[in-house]
Parts: sequence; C-alpha cells; structure tokens
Amino acid sequence: MPFCLRGRPGAPARAGTYAAVAASLAGLSAALPVLLSGEPVSVSFPWSVPLGSFSLVLDPLAALFLVPLFLLTGLGAVYGAGYLKAYEGRKDPALPWAAFNLLTAAMLLVFTAVNAVLFLLGWELMAAASFLLVLFEHEKEQARKAGFIYLAAGGAGALLLMAMFALLGAGAPSMDFASFTPPAGGAASAAFLLALAGFGLKAGFIPLHVWLPEAHPAAPSHVSAVMSGVMIKTGVYGLIRVLAFLRPWPEWWGWLLLGLGLVSCLGGALFALAQHELKRVLAYSSIENVGIILLALGLGVVAAACGADRLASLAFAGALLHVFNHALFKGLLFMGAGAVLHAAGTGELEALGGLSKRMPASAALFLAGSAAACALPPLNGFAGEFLVYIGAFRALNAPGPVAIAGAAAGLALATAGALAAAAFARAYGVAFLGEPRTERAAGAHAPGGLMAGPMWILAVLCLGSGLLAPLLLGPLAFAVGAGFGPYYGFLWGLEAMTPFLYVSAGGFALLGIIAMAAAKRRAFLGGREPAVAGTWDCGYAAPSARMQYGASSFAQPLTDFFQPLLRKIGRYPVISEYFPAKASFSSEAQAVFYNSVYMPAAARLRDLAFRFSWLQHGRLQIYILYIVVTLIGLLLWKL
Amino acid sequence: MEIIKPFSQYLAAMLLAPLLPGIINRVKAFFGGRRGQPALQLYFDLYKLSRKTPVYSRTATWVFRAGPVTGVCALVTALLVLPFAGRPSFLAFEGDFIFLLYLLGLARFATVLAALDTGSAFEGMGASREVQFAVFAEPAFFIGLAALARVGGQTSLSGMFGALTPETWRVAAPVLALLTAAFFIVLLAENSRVPADDPNTHLELTMIHEVMVLDHSGPDLAYILYGAALKLWLFAALIASMVLPRRTGSWAGDSALFLLAVLGVAVAVGVVESVLARLRLTKVPYLLITAFAFSALALIFQVGR
Repeated sequence: MPFCLRGRPGAPARAGTYAAVAASLAGLSAALPVLLSGEPVSVSFPWSVPLGSFSLVLDPLAALFLVPLFLLTGLGAVYGAGYLKAYEGRKDPALPWAAFNLLTAAMLLVFTAVNAVLFLLGWELMAAASFLLVLFEHEKEQARKAGFIYLAAGGAGALLLMAMFALLGAGAPSMDFASFTPPAGGAASAAFLLALAGFGLKAGFIPLHVWLPEAHPAAPSHVSAVMSGVMIKTGVYGLIRVLAFLRPWPEWWGWLLLGLGLVSCLGGALFALAQHELKRVLAYSSIENVGIILLALGLGVVAAACGADRLASLAFAGALLHVFNHALFKGLLFMGAGAVLHAAGTGELEALGGLSKRMPASAALFLAGSAAACALPPLNGFAGEFLVYIGAFRALNAPGPVAIAGAAAGLALATAGALAAAAFARAYGVAFLGEPRTERAAGAHAPGGLMAGPMWILAVLCLGSGLLAPLLLGPLAFAVGAGFGPYYGFLWGLEAMTPFLYVSAGGFALLGIIAMAAAKRRAFLGGREPAVAGTWDCGYAAPSARMQYGASSFAQPLTDFFQPLLRKIGRYPVISEYFPAKASFSSEAQAVFYNSVYMPAAARLRDLAFRFSWLQHGRLQIYILYIVVTLIGLLLWKL
Repeated sequence: MEIIKPFSQYLAAMLLAPLLPGIINRVKAFFGGRRGQPALQLYFDLYKLSRKTPVYSRTATWVFRAGPVTGVCALVTALLVLPFAGRPSFLAFEGDFIFLLYLLGLARFATVLAALDTGSAFEGMGASREVQFAVFAEPAFFIGLAALARVGGQTSLSGMFGALTPETWRVAAPVLALLTAAFFIVLLAENSRVPADDPNTHLELTMIHEVMVLDHSGPDLAYILYGAALKLWLFAALIASMVLPRRTGSWAGDSALFLLAVLGVAVAVGVVESVLARLRLTKVPYLLITAFAFSALALIFQVGR
C-alpha cells in the first residue's frame, strides 16, 4: 500500500503506519484469545504450489510469539512514524514502510505456517524484508557491510533449513508438518543439527551471531526493536517446534544446547561490555538473552532425557517466559536508543552524556528497560530468569548429570547477570548521566509524543508483567503444553505458582518500602531546600566534562581481565619528549569471531570458488544452455 | 503469639545492624592501642545526618537522589527473606535466595548509577571497580548457596539454614568449612572491608565503595550508611547461622546465641582488618576467584558425597 501512494507527500508513511497498527490490533485480537483459552485456531486456503498447502494453525505456542510480535510492530509503527520524520525529504518513505509491513506479515507466516513450503516462503520473505530495512541507510559503508553479512547469513540458514525439511519430509506424502513421521537414530540427530544451525543463524547465538551486531544497529530503531525483540525469536520458535517433533531426545542434544547457551550468555554479556555504540551494546545483549533461552532449553532437554519431567517443565516455561519478557524490554531499549540517535545524532557512548537532563522521560524509560535487562526485581526480566534458576536448583538435588547441568546453568546465569549489570550500568551511566561530552549531546532534545508514547506503554508492560507474573501462569502453561506436550504444561503450572506468588509479593513489598523511605526522606528534609553546588569530587575546583569516567575507562578493569577473549585494540601514545604536550588514546572492540573465524573461512571458500570460475564467463547463450541441460536432466530423471 | 516472632526478628535485625560497624571499629581500636569511637557511633551519625540539609551537584539528576533510597530499600526487602537463628523469615519460598541475590544487585545498580550521575572521575572509578568485583563475587556466592542447598536438600534460605544442625557439621564438615571461608571472603569484598577495600581511606585512588558515595550528604548519606550496615548484617547472619547451628529448643535461647554469633563475625572482620594489609587492586579478583574455588569445591564434595 505505501508503494501505491508514493506520489503524494506524507501519504506512504501514513498508510504504512495505519496499516501496521490495524494489522497489529487485528493480530492481537486473534492471538490473545488463543493464549488465554488455550484453544488453537486453524485456517486453510487452496494453494496451487506443488507440495505446498496454505494452512495456518494458531496454537498457544505460536500465540505466545505472536503477542509480542503484534505489540512491537504496532508500537514500532507509531514510533517509526515519529522516527522517520527526521529523514523526510532525504529518503523515500515508501520502501521502509512497505518492507516493515512485509516483515510483519512474513513473521506471522513463519509463526503459523504448518507446511514446509509455506514456512520457507515466510522465512525467505522475512529475510528479504529485513534485508531491505538493514540497508535503509545504504549510503553508509557500515550499513552496506552489515547488509551483505546479513544476506549471507540468511541465505546459509535457509539452505540448511531446506536440507532439514528435505530430510524430514523425505518419505512423507506432502510437506505438511502433520504428515511427517519422526525419523529415528542418526537421521533424527542430523535433522536436529541442521535445525540447530539453520535456526541458530537466525536466533544469533554464538558462534552463529556475527551478523547480529552488524545488522541490528544498522536498521532504523523501530525495526531494530522488532528484529531483536521478535525476529531472532523465530529461530527459537523453529528450534522448539523441531525439538518437540523429534522425540525422544538423546541427552547429548541437551548438553549441546546447554553448552551453546552458556557460551552465548556469557560471551554476549562480555562483548556487550566492550562495545562503544549504544545499539551494538543492545545487540550483544540480545545474544546474551538468546543464550539464556537456549540454556533453559538445554537444561530442560537434559532433565527430560534423564526422566526429571517436573524440572524440565520449569526450564521450558522459563525459556518461553524469557522469550516474551525479552521482547518487551529489548523493544523498549532499542526505541530508547533510537530516541538518543534522533536527539544527539550519534550513538557513540563517548560522544554522549548528560542526556538525562535533556530528555528526562526517555532517560527514565531507558533506565527501566536497562533494569529489566539486568533481571532486577520487580521488573519482568527477573521472572523468566527466576524460573530457570528454580529449575537449576531443583536439578541440583537430582542425581548425576542433571545436577551438573543445573549447576552449570545457574552459574552461567549468575555470572552473565553480573556482567550484564556492568554493561547496562556503563551504557546508561555514560550516555545519560553526568555532563555532555560533546556539543551534539549538549544540544539534544526530547523526542515527540509519537516516539515517547510507545516507550511508555512498553515500560508499563515491563513493570506490569514483572509484578503480576502469576497472572501469566495460565497462558504460559498453555504455551508450554502446545510446545512440549500437555503433560509439561500441566506440571509447570503446579510447580511454579507458589514461588511466583511470593516473588510478586516481594516485588510489591519492595515498591511499598521504597515509597515509605522516599516519604521519610522528605520528612527528614522538612521542607528545607537542598543546597546546589558543583560536583565536590574531593575538592576539584573546576571539574570539566572531559574529566568524567568514560565508556572505555569504566569497562577497562573487566575488559583487561578478559583481554584474551575480547582482543581489544588499544592505541597508546608514544612519549618521546620530556614534557609531552599532546596525548591521545583510543580503543576499539573487535568483532573477534568475524575477524578470526569467519573472514579466514570466507577467504578459503572464495579461493575454492575461484577454481570454478571457468563455469561463469558472462555469456548469456551458455547460461541458457546450462538451464536447458539441467531441465532435460531433471525430466530424464523423473521419467 | 507465633506471628510476633518473625516480626520481632525482623525488627531486631533492622535495629541492631548499625551496631556491627561499631564493633568492628572497637576491635580495630583495640589492636591499634586506641580507645576508639563508641560502639554506638553509627547510630549517632545516622541521627546527625538525618537532620542535615543535603548538597546536590548541578550535574546530578533524580537518579542521584533515588540511588540511596533504592539501595537501602532493596536491602530492607532482602532482610524479609533472611532467616534469623535458623527460624523462617517472613518470606520463605523456593528460590528466595535468587530474589535476595538480585535485590543485592539492584542495590548495587542504584549506587553505581548514582555515582556516575555526578560526572566525576573519582566516583566513576569506584563504580567501575564495584561492577568488576561483583562479576567475581556473585558466582562465588551463588555456587556457595547451591552447595548449601544440596547439603540440606532444600531450595529456600530458611529451609537451608533451618536444616543445619550440629549433626550436619559432623557429617559434612569439609563442605561447611569451605563454604564458611568462601562466604567470609565474599562478605569482606561485598562490604568493602580489608583486604578488598579500605573503608577508612576516603581520599585514595584505590578505594571502591567509599569513593562512590563521595558526593552524597545529609539524609541520603544516612540511607547509604544504614544500607551498608544492613548488608553487613545480612552476610554476617548467613555466616553466623552456618557456623553455629546449635538448637537450644527455645526461641529466646536460639536468638540470643545467634546474636552472639553475628557479633562474633563482626569481631572476626575487625581482627582481619587489623592484621591484614589491603591487597593491590588488581589482586582482588584473585581473592574472589579463591572464594569461588572454595564454593565450587564444596559443591563438588557435596555432589560426590
């Protein structure tokens, strides 16, 4: 629709926004009842594609992913209407809006399709639409690079998934999921590994994450919110569906998932700490959170393989709850980062500072999102991690391997939590607090209502779904049931009700105590006006903005400690005279995996590919000959 | 009548906590051959500070004012799940120690942000070190609690400490001894005591907690000092219930014994502070990794038992 209205100024953006909001409301009104009642809905249309059928099923598991999808796309569209105004006249608004709505539709297909062909169609559409959005600022070299990496990752993932579907559907009469029969033994493991790699490339866990920290920051901020909040979860969703299908699970699948989750959640948090750009910090934090989800899945699979079903149900529920919660707070955070980009024109931490004074509401909302991302109670990030923790601790009292899995999961969560807290304290403290480090930060302004409104709504949802977590038990039980089997869904509700009620009570107690202490503080002041002076700082006469602790200095003790992993590059001045007048220091966080694993591998691949360059010489006739020969070959094979 | 008990336990913790820093100071004075401050000095300080008018920096925002309030409230809430003398607390539930751990995290987050809000290099330095040490202290504390959970087969703090008896010490002495050592190291680091930090050096580049709160004054500083006392109490209470799990049978007897043990932990902190020098800043992570190794070893012993 936005494309048709291209000629009129303002019309494409308006059409895009209205369409997205309407779709989001319609989608929510379909998904919420399913999630609340647990009754799946299915529709089917005639479709003439070979092996394909246009059948969609909306069950509670799909609904659990769809509710954040529609929340974020609806709110994101409103936010985007404000955000993209800054590009008016410079950019054609039709393309991003069309791609945004196409992305929404594609993700809807991915979450509901029950036919492999249809699913892959949705998958590829999703990749294409988001590719266009990553290239939104294609005049920047960084964005072009991000787009290219993203395209390569998406293509590789899709190829793996095609192989997986071919394996699963080899003997089946159609490509409908219902007609597949679960393979056994080696074929099952092969399918699992293909799914893990194929979906993993979308979910972005380490080591398949290289595209994520490039692509998410490059897209416009409301798209980053949707990509980080929902799109990477399509990988998690696919993995869960495949896991549920390929039963019974061998124990080593669980260990593999657990190991990958462990590496991702620790690595993601650690790399987040070393980044210098706000949106890159958030992108790495997404890797951390996908790691947490994977960790929970792995713990659940190990537990289930060892017969500890109650424990498995807790871990699975923790994974799903974290999927939901992460979408809310990461959406909020990316929108907050977008507000910073909008206001100060840069997301470089070292160029920001003091934004809390210039955009107080956005700063407070970003703080709420950060606290949720650090899993601090009473916000919603805590609820999902809490479940995984309980699962881990139950596991400790179980015998043998389950206890080890539990200890590993709990330890990884605790460490990643501390690292994430450091990363977010740094990002928030350096960007929003203190004094502005540059003119641009000093001249920042608060965003308009279109951008602030969606952030408010998400922040309220973050607080609400943290405090009222017990209310989510029912829907979550349906989703766990739909995903892993009704047995788990039923178990989990029983297991977690009591601790959840207590956590909720604790959250309310905390808020009550804070209110009391704040009132008491006011009473202590007794109406006296606090004195205002410069920062005391042990008596500095003229503190300046440049004397503040910056992003690199804040992270330095930790990044130095983990230098072998981070391979940070620091450039120090060489002092050659007795009274050096000028000095400079810069440090740069490397994309370690990209530089030291993928680039050499890609170079090797390119060398290999060059050997076949004689096949490709640009003569059209010969290409047509290739096609004809292939078609004839296929025909002969079919005969 | 029964309902009175958890309430009075809670009140006792809240009221007695500021006594601990006083005791530590008395012990240090004794070792230094000085008379030292009165043991109740912190109470006087809190009263004095609560009547003062605070001074705020021009740079600071509401985050600076909210920091101390949030920090102290997180600890007051954390005390809700803390068992007293092996008796259950108000809020005892499965996984309550996770809640406690993250409340401590909330307190830290609030303090760190308040420090960064002043835009000063000093306070930023302290904040940076605080989050660094937390990365090493939290896993050590967590794995220690995991080992303790496995000792009693319990998943709540009240259950874990309620299940400890003198009999447990006879059966699982190495585990409990390792855990006591690990928790004590975590106590020293988390409460910014020697050898991780020195609460007395207000003007040195090597300190952590004290430097973060340089710019706070008046009631805000009172909240910070009180919060620090509560945090010390929290860790001391955990260690006390671990090393002295004796059950006299009566609530009053148990409580008295527990209070004595808590004071004993404070004396131990004072002794450590008097006889040890501060570690170099870069060595503190190794100290905490030692604590982690103790905890992990305890867990391995316990799983293998």
